[in-house]
Amino acid sequence: MSAFLPVMSVVVALATIGAAFVAIRVDSLPVAILSAGAVSLFASVLFLILAAPDVAMTEAAIGSGLTTFLFFFVLGRVGGGEQDND
Amino acid sequence: MIRHALAVIFLIGLGTVFAGLMLGYTPDTELNLTARYYAENTAKDLGAANIVTAIIVTYRGLDTLGEVTVLFLTAAIVALVLAQSRHQPGAPQRVLPPSGELLHTGSRLLVPLIVLFGVYVFVNGHLTPGGGFQGGAIVASSMLLLLLTDPLRRFGHRMIARVESLSGLTYVALGALGLVLAGGFLDNRILPLGDFGSLFSAGAIPIIYSLVGLKVGAEFSSMLVNLSETEKPQ
Repeated sequence: MSAFLPVMSVVVALATIGAAFVAIRVDSLPVAILSAGAVSLFASVLFLILAAPDVAMTEAAIGSGLTTFLFFFVLGRVGGGEQDND
Repeated sequence: MIRHALAVIFLIGLGTVFAGLMLGYTPDTELNLTARYYAENTAKDLGAANIVTAIIVTYRGLDTLGEVTVLFLTAAIVALVLAQSRHQPGAPQRVLPPSGELLHTGSRLLVPLIVLFGVYVFVNGHLTPGGGFQGGAIVASSMLLLLLTDPLRRFGHRMIARVESLSGLTYVALGALGLVLAGGFLDNRILPLGDFGSLFSAGAIPIIYSLVGLKVGAEFSSMLVNLSETEKPQ
């Protein structure tokens, strides 16, 4: 049981990095927004592992909840959905 | 090419900084002075089971007031900026595909539960993790679900604004009451501390945190409603 938390935190940290990588590399904007929300979700799990449940709740409610939908609102306003070719 | 090289050099520099921090890191074996004071005296002084809440609402209550003010300013600025692109009566209404039966029924089932959970989180802020900010965000996410179900729904701006201003005023009034009845601004001992760990304990902390929750929920909701009422520029 003592080895469970360090292993778990390493797994979650790798998942965070993976989701962040997807968010910046993927072509479709909705998938990128969802990945950015997933980064927040994994971050809140990390906060929970680090014994900070208050911070974890804030991150989950605002970071992965409201922010993701805010991005979708804006995406719906500006149209598009594919990455611009720069 | 040069941009890539610069980015790599920047990353290597950041890496060395963080590696130096990591190698020099030694975890604290005991609490430092401030943390020890909070850990030992919170239950005795304020009667709050959740030390984080006691720090946020009472020991550092003025900072929380500042945070709520910042959030209020943000909501006000969003409303101000988006006021020009509000839907004008008489202008052609956006036509949207109808949202499905599943979404309607599901949201009708879920919205009251989400509101209830948000209220639970901020009422129990002094006992369990969470509190005003988290509970307010959860309440605002139920508004978001309503907006998703029916994007053309119109909310009463006046009611949201009233809830927000009233809770803010009461918050400051309770703080000022602490000056008169207890040890200082936002002191929670204007009410009896009650039994440690029960719902009606920790003096004014549950009331203040509920007010913060209502205020934060109203602010986030007003932001979301303002955003959803903007029209695409023709």
